[in-house]
Amino acid sequence: MNSAKPGLKHIMSAPWIWAYLAAFVVWLATVLFTGGQGSIQILSAALSFATFSVIVGIGQMYVITLGPGNVDLSIPATMTFAGAVSMKIMDTQDAMIVPGLLIAIGCGAAVGIFNYGLIRALRIPPIIATLSSSFLVQSAAIAYGRGIKIKPPPILADFTTWRIFDIPVLAICVIALAAVMSVVLHRTVFGRSVTAIGQNQRAAALAGIPVDFIRFATYVQSAVFAGLCGYLLSGFSGGASLNMGAEYLLASIAVVVIGGTSVAGGHSNVPGLWGAALFMFLLVTMLNTYGLTAGYRLILTGLIIVTVITLAGGRKQE
Amino acid sequence: MPDHNNTIIKLDGVRKSFGAVHALSGVDLEIRIGEALGIVGHNGAGKSTLMHILAGSLQADTGSISIHDAAPVEGYGIAEAQAAGIRTVFQELSLCPNLTVAENTRIMNPEIKGFNWRSRASRQILDKLDEIFPGHGISANAYVGDLPIAKRQMVEISRAFTSISTPLNLVILDEPTSSLDAIVSEQLLTYVRKFTEAGGSCILISHLLNEILTTTNRIIVMQDGKVVDERATSRFDRDSLVEAMGSVAEHEENGDHAGKVRTREAEPILSVQPNETAGDMVMEIYPGEIVGLAGLSGHGQTETLVDIFLDKRKAGGKSRLPMALVAGDRQVDGIFPLWSIGKNISIASHGEFVRFGLIDHDQEKQLADSWKDKIGIQTPDLENNILSLSGGNQQKALFARALGSTAEMILMDDPMRGVDIGTKQEVYGLLRQEAAQGRTFIWYTTEMNELEHCDHIYVFREGNIVANLTRNELTEQKVLHASFEGG
Repeated sequence: MNSAKPGLKHIMSAPWIWAYLAAFVVWLATVLFTGGQGSIQILSAALSFATFSVIVGIGQMYVITLGPGNVDLSIPATMTFAGAVSMKIMDTQDAMIVPGLLIAIGCGAAVGIFNYGLIRALRIPPIIATLSSSFLVQSAAIAYGRGIKIKPPPILADFTTWRIFDIPVLAICVIALAAVMSVVLHRTVFGRSVTAIGQNQRAAALAGIPVDFIRFATYVQSAVFAGLCGYLLSGFSGGASLNMGAEYLLASIAVVVIGGTSVAGGHSNVPGLWGAALFMFLLVTMLNTYGLTAGYRLILTGLIIVTVITLAGGRKQE
Repeated sequence: MPDHNNTIIKLDGVRKSFGAVHALSGVDLEIRIGEALGIVGHNGAGKSTLMHILAGSLQADTGSISIHDAAPVEGYGIAEAQAAGIRTVFQELSLCPNLTVAENTRIMNPEIKGFNWRSRASRQILDKLDEIFPGHGISANAYVGDLPIAKRQMVEISRAFTSISTPLNLVILDEPTSSLDAIVSEQLLTYVRKFTEAGGSCILISHLLNEILTTTNRIIVMQDGKVVDERATSRFDRDSLVEAMGSVAEHEENGDHAGKVRTREAEPILSVQPNETAGDMVMEIYPGEIVGLAGLSGHGQTETLVDIFLDKRKAGGKSRLPMALVAGDRQVDGIFPLWSIGKNISIASHGEFVRFGLIDHDQEKQLADSWKDKIGIQTPDLENNILSLSGGNQQKALFARALGSTAEMILMDDPMRGVDIGTKQEVYGLLRQEAAQGRTFIWYTTEMNELEHCDHIYVFREGNIVANLTRNELTEQKVLHASFEGG
């Protein structure tokens, strides 16, 4: 490390590099096992599936950056709800794609406003407020969707699965979205305010930051991203189903933490989200390729995630 | 110096750098039994770093440390300092906020253990609090995080003087009175004199030169990481001490502004009744005034300022003014610890620099740079983390944040904690200049002489305003009388 150039050293000290390194190592381990077969397909699938973790991960990252105790557990329910409502209203008609998108976003915004209402007006801790609202939202989705898988309009399905030279177009769009949200975090008053609140909420209020409004906007933003994700995922996977959001509860938190965002708040990391989401998908692929049983897969998943977080965290403290 | 003065601890050629900053560049220091040593110097002169080295919480880069005239100690650290009977009250207080007063006492005194340790720890700390600060009103079961800063400081000091089995040889007090009012400060200084007469030793760091001059036997003056002067206290007076620190001795400039008391115009821009019960006095603030809040610390001054700022009190009269606040309890109310100095300064103004929705870095940097020079923040680079600054310099950054904003009214919560005398004079001048240009200030201070810079003074007691003085009427007796009357 001492002989490394300052530029390289700077990159090595970035907390997000570990997520990408881990993703690369896991990919390499898989490809070596298969003897190079399907190396590109694996990457392409990883990009496709990581896309959805990243969309909800961005919203979750802003929430977690608000400081200890802030987390949005209603993401899966919001995805299901927004997916079900928008699919049903679009009713497989291509002409309804744009209204459907707006409806999905509107569903997310409504959930976000409801969440923050619980947090602020009833003074319920965010973890409880978003958990309990997720039961309500999930029930609403069940009542509305009646448990039937509702198909997306064909053009939406085509768009979400569109690939050019094996590169998923949706992934490109979400990379651009992540870049925009990174700029928002570092260069706008909103982003600055979020990181200030995460470091010291009282000091932020005394520096003139409208703490309530910023927290409100952050929770609504998270729910809006969840709504958007539910809409796109419904298109991608051939329709809205009632358990479509389930795996995104842990995924949304895991990509934030593995990506190098501080759980203590005040410091977050957008590039890391992508590295972490790729890593999560590639890890499962690797363990599947090795033909391990479900029990071992879960144990190894847990151990490897802990190792990566320890490595990344240990670096930061130096 | 003759040898019969037994040495507690001796430093030889101690150096310490943080990156490119030389905090200490070769310090020799000897502390003898039964002496009270005063250390003075500008913000960033290296005083706190030196104390951290004595306490073992920082290691010197080069140089040696020896205890009781013995051979130099290798790898002097916290354990060695504790074993030598050295205790420290740091400027940034070190109590655990999530524990009670008694539990914090137990941390420093592991001898308190076994059944019923909590009540024994309570006894220890309460006895010491009673001894040093009679009438302190602190409960041993109170959580430290719930105590106002002055009481936290009192607990921290009392805990340092609480020792059960190890002898207490040297107590280091780094800015111990910065949050204490005059009465409590005097209680502490009296105790320090008693402690040193009984054979203990003390190091006292303070920017209040009177405290140093009345309490210590010997004074060293630090500048740029070196000891530049050292004399017996009897051979210093206020002027020569200020001069030794490298500031021009400036007598309280009563001449030029004491005479003209501003006549209050028709309309106050703010009127506040701290305690909304009938009969309580109302505080009125007029544009361009410097209004002082006085009284013993913890009597509702900070709460009133915070409530005005957060608009919890109905501000009489017009709609909300743009305001900024200078925090005194900087760790809790002011600093964003993960950010650079520059970002910490610009946070109150970054709305001004938005172009096409984005914060313009150049303008942001310009603001921070101009205040770095104006108020003299000592740092090679404003991109450095805010915690790389000494306590007094962090406070200057908070001043820069408020003064650099477009706020018309600036609220100050005992803002001079840890700020050196030269900077204070400059800030006083700056405040008067800004007030003359129409800015309004509300200034809570625990230092009597700062009230002399105010046009109008309100004295607080138990959350109420009990006296209302103009500058011409201001005397120390009146303030003290109002602070205690009936209580």
